[in-house]
Amino acid sequence: MAALNNLTEHLESFVDVTRSPSHHADSLKAIASSLEKGVLSINQLVVEMDMYLTTTDDVIRARGILLLAEMLNHLKEKPLDTAVVQSLAGFFTAKLAEWKSVRGALTGCLALIKRKDVAGLVTATDAEAMAKAMIKSVQVQSLALHDRKICFELLECLLEQYPEAMINMGNLIVYATCEAIDGEKDPPCLMIAFHIVELLTQLFPSPSSSPLAAEASDLFDIISCYFPLHYTHTKGDEASIPREELSRRLSLAISSTPFFEPYAIPLLLEKLSSSLTVAKVDSLRCLNDCVVKYGVNRMKKHYKDLWPALKDALYSFTETDLSFGLESLTSPGFEMGEIHREAVDLLQRLVKQDISFLGLVVDDPRVNMISDTISRYSQFEDMPDTSKLEILVVSQILCVSARASVESCNKIFETFFFRLMNTLGIVEKVSSGDLVHNENSTASIKLYHGGLHLCIELLTASKDLIPSSEESSSTPWCSIVNRFSVSLIEAFTSVVQSSYDECSADAYLGVKGLLAMGMLCGGSSPVSKSEFEKILKTLTSIITAQRAKTVKWELALKALICMGSFIDRYSEREKAMSYMGVVVENLVSLACSSHCSLPYPMILEATSEVCSTRPQYVEKMVQGFEEAFCSSFSDFYVNGNSKPIENCSQLLECVTNKLLPRVTEIDGLEKFLVHFAISMWNQIESSVVFSYDVSGREFVEAAMKTMRQIVGVALVDSQNSIIQKAYNVISSSTLPAMESIPLTFAALEGLHRDLSTRDELILSLFASVIIGASPKASLPDVKSLIKLFMVSFLKGYIPAAQALGSIVNKLGISSDCSLEEACDIIFHQSFASGNNISSDDTDKTICGSETLLSKICLGFYGSVDLQTRAITGLAWIGKGLLMRGDGRVNEIALVLMECLKSSNSSGNALHPSAMKHAADAFLILMSDSEVCLNRKFHAVIRPLYKQRFFSITVPILESLIVNSQTPLSRTMLHVALAHVISNVPVTVILDNTKKLLPMILEGLSALSVDAVDKETLFSLLLVLSGTLTDIKGQQSVSDNAHKIIECLVKLTSYRHLMVVRETAIQCLATLLELPHGRIYPFRREVLQAVTKALDDPKRRVREEAIKCRQAWTSITSRS
Amino acid sequence: MTLGLVNANPVVQAKKERIARTLNQYKDDGLDPLDIYDILSSFLNIRDPEHPYSLEQLSVLSEDSITLDDNLNRILITFTPTIQHCSMATIIGLCLRAKLKECLPLHYKVDIRVSPGSHADEASGKEVI
Repeated sequence: MAALNNLTEHLESFVDVTRSPSHHADSLKAIASSLEKGVLSINQLVVEMDMYLTTTDDVIRARGILLLAEMLNHLKEKPLDTAVVQSLAGFFTAKLAEWKSVRGALTGCLALIKRKDVAGLVTATDAEAMAKAMIKSVQVQSLALHDRKICFELLECLLEQYPEAMINMGNLIVYATCEAIDGEKDPPCLMIAFHIVELLTQLFPSPSSSPLAAEASDLFDIISCYFPLHYTHTKGDEASIPREELSRRLSLAISSTPFFEPYAIPLLLEKLSSSLTVAKVDSLRCLNDCVVKYGVNRMKKHYKDLWPALKDALYSFTETDLSFGLESLTSPGFEMGEIHREAVDLLQRLVKQDISFLGLVVDDPRVNMISDTISRYSQFEDMPDTSKLEILVVSQILCVSARASVESCNKIFETFFFRLMNTLGIVEKVSSGDLVHNENSTASIKLYHGGLHLCIELLTASKDLIPSSEESSSTPWCSIVNRFSVSLIEAFTSVVQSSYDECSADAYLGVKGLLAMGMLCGGSSPVSKSEFEKILKTLTSIITAQRAKTVKWELALKALICMGSFIDRYSEREKAMSYMGVVVENLVSLACSSHCSLPYPMILEATSEVCSTRPQYVEKMVQGFEEAFCSSFSDFYVNGNSKPIENCSQLLECVTNKLLPRVTEIDGLEKFLVHFAISMWNQIESSVVFSYDVSGREFVEAAMKTMRQIVGVALVDSQNSIIQKAYNVISSSTLPAMESIPLTFAALEGLHRDLSTRDELILSLFASVIIGASPKASLPDVKSLIKLFMVSFLKGYIPAAQALGSIVNKLGISSDCSLEEACDIIFHQSFASGNNISSDDTDKTICGSETLLSKICLGFYGSVDLQTRAITGLAWIGKGLLMRGDGRVNEIALVLMECLKSSNSSGNALHPSAMKHAADAFLILMSDSEVCLNRKFHAVIRPLYKQRFFSITVPILESLIVNSQTPLSRTMLHVALAHVISNVPVTVILDNTKKLLPMILEGLSALSVDAVDKETLFSLLLVLSGTLTDIKGQQSVSDNAHKIIECLVKLTSYRHLMVVRETAIQCLATLLELPHGRIYPFRREVLQAVTKALDDPKRRVREEAIKCRQAWTSITSRS
Repeated sequence: MTLGLVNANPVVQAKKERIARTLNQYKDDGLDPLDIYDILSSFLNIRDPEHPYSLEQLSVLSEDSITLDDNLNRILITFTPTIQHCSMATIIGLCLRAKLKECLPLHYKVDIRVSPGSHADEASGKEVI
């Protein structure tokens, strides 16, 4: 009962037109939900609504009917009793006659018709009755927009769902549609209306006795007046239909039935001749649809008119310049406009559908004039624009026609190709094996650019039409090309070879021609194997014969790459073999011999580019590179000249830059690379002497990089084998002697950089292996390795320190040495022999500083050099520990901070350079390194490690800064703090802005004193700018506004770095977002500074200054 | 006061595309001396008082109309009003001066003139500017 009470309430509220639309929606929702839940049945609702549906008050009755209709709309998915549906259909059909309640009646009808796949459908008879009632009593065009849309939807649904019933109605439905659509102007309604026309034409497909045949003219008149579509009111309405979509629908409607043909084609041809681009494009698109739908027979009689119109459209494009650039080697070489593109599509469609259309093309006098045009000018540049246009358009017409089908291709080749060959003076040559250069035959060749272009375009266009199977090799066009192939290849070759550097057109056309010939692949290609190889040889010889990077060289390389990837894509085994034999082996052997006029980096570039087209080639290349590396390296240490070692570094760079990034794409590449790495070790092992100069230093760098990355990408097993190999080499060298050096002060004091260069190379490479290895790889004899690295980093070898960091970072349980033991060796195995440490010193222990390493860092003994090396090494070890989340990093941080104090525990300040290193150690700890300890090299990374370090160190650094006594120590502490702050994620800073802001500002002013810290200053400034804009930091920024402005004003004249000045000015501009009262007092100060910046030597700063000045001036005038 | 527009149908030129200067933007060495494009670009936002076109589009200003001597700190701007009797010439001149005052350091001396023969009342215009 309560439900019914509520119902009356909701009914009342919906029927009351004075209530707001949201009220109406609410009551609708409430009733619908009770209907859906089954609390209320539709019968009950109708009974309850009795009064609203039958009252004599028009307004209330209309609302009541609408309510019922809306309910049905909600119940589209719900099964209903057939009788109920029938009576409702009858009801709504009857109500269509009442114009006052027509909205509700239409909505109700639509809701009923839309019911699909559920119990309770409208019967065909009811539907017919509904349609008749609507036709009889509803004047669509006199209704409002929304009602019209419902009408169209209703008609659409009726046509879609009850085709038989609609066919029964015959002429009536066609008339009604015409009447309904006539004069419609709203795009969403038109969308449906055009669809209705399409549906209607599908109902009556047969030509005889169709009501449509008689009415076609009227119906077409009604829709054709929209063509071409043009929106007069485009403003605002986002929900409106885009023109493209509506135009597509219209085109479908026009092309929907062949009955429209007598009216449509003349109209479209007329519109095609208009000067409006939109009209042209639309007509071409529509014609394309019509050609498909109307069929060949109906279209045939229009060909005579169609061809000239189409030709005009093709000639309409204005671009006449052919590009001879590298990028257009695989494209037509010119830009196509929209009209042009559509015209090309239409031409292709016509030829494809009916070969007889081609007759018009072939017989066209303008097309046939092409030979004359070609033979008039030999160089493309010399041609006037009209001739260029003629050649481009005709070659396009011929290509498109040829591409359409095999028959059309045959016809084009039969009619034009001979003529073209004649014009160019290229004669048939059957003896394909005969490579003897025949003077007589080439003498008559006249290589007109226009003709070459046409020829290349034809060959390129036909390449997809090669029959795949052997038996159909008698395809006429193939045999024509086959007869000329030898001479064609010769002709193209001679064009390339005769080209100068300045004339890129010759080189371009020649290479493109060879490429086109080479791309004629397939089962029965007109180009034989020997000819294909000849093409490859020519291109390869172009590459090898050059001395510098010319256009020709790049073109030839690109052509080879194209052919390589083409072969790979279509898996042509035989061609791939030829390619391997001619191109790949040739280039790889060049890389090995290096006795070639071509500069070595260019050989490498060509080889790596060409070989990456197919995995097999890559394999060959890596083997070749390995060989090349070995021979160059041995050449170097036997003869000692520097040329081969330079080649080695270039080779390694090529491996790192070109091959390594593709390791996941190419199967098996990893294996070859590991083999490469091991043979590097083999070479180094067998070299007895290795002394180097500058170029050798470069080689070591390159070798380290390559080694690191190969180990990084290798699988664990392969890593193990590389590590084992490397360890063997290490053990056989003089390096193990270092392990026996006791880690005592006395022993370390005597250390200098006294490694032989060979040992240094081995050590660096070994460190790289360790850096790249994953935690799962097993390291042999970790303890002695740690000792070795300890000694070497104290000698000043940074890679050793990085390797040590990697070891402590990745050391797992599987190893023979635990992390505890490793740290023990590093930190605590110290006071061995009785040296001269006085007992006072040892008593004064600060946390962590009792170890030898920390004592060296703090400068208790040893030279400054030793001290700085120890500090840097300690930083790398600390980084390893920090990233895995080990607590020992805290001790290291404390030692480093101790180094920064103005007077440390020993009572005296450190050497400035040691302090500088200690401050920079924080950068090592916090920043992401490219070289080691990153994801690529399998570092163990604990989440949020930076945040943790930040929260530990920042408070200590802050208190140290407050208590620092010398300016130097203060600056250094600020540098350290800046490193920590600028490397932590910005959200952390934002959470602590209040506390950090004064420190950042103080840091900025401390760092701006010296030019050395400019990079650090800039990163700190970026942190500040981050806090200014964020909502979290705004309060403390506002509190500190005066300090911030003072600091930024100072930085606007920072001499050493332009970006600092620029950013400072930008920050000043953002400060304007602060409350007006807060910043107003500083305007004079800021304006003065910014005005000075207007005279800045750098333009970017000046531009920022202008903007900032305008912004700050405007707050003065506003107040 | 004239009713309606002084020049109802101005000749409008296409906006010229200029190659953006990207090279060496972040290099710290060397100077970027002030050049005419700096000045011209600062006028980009000034619209003709009567039409929604920039002064450059209306050919009031162009590269040729700006002369710059960085050593003597002098800038000479010669603009061409769209019609001989343009009553807005003085306003345009003042706009240019105000804009330059915003954008240039103080040590430049700026002269703004109407190009010879382009305005009926050259002398008086000069006085106001």
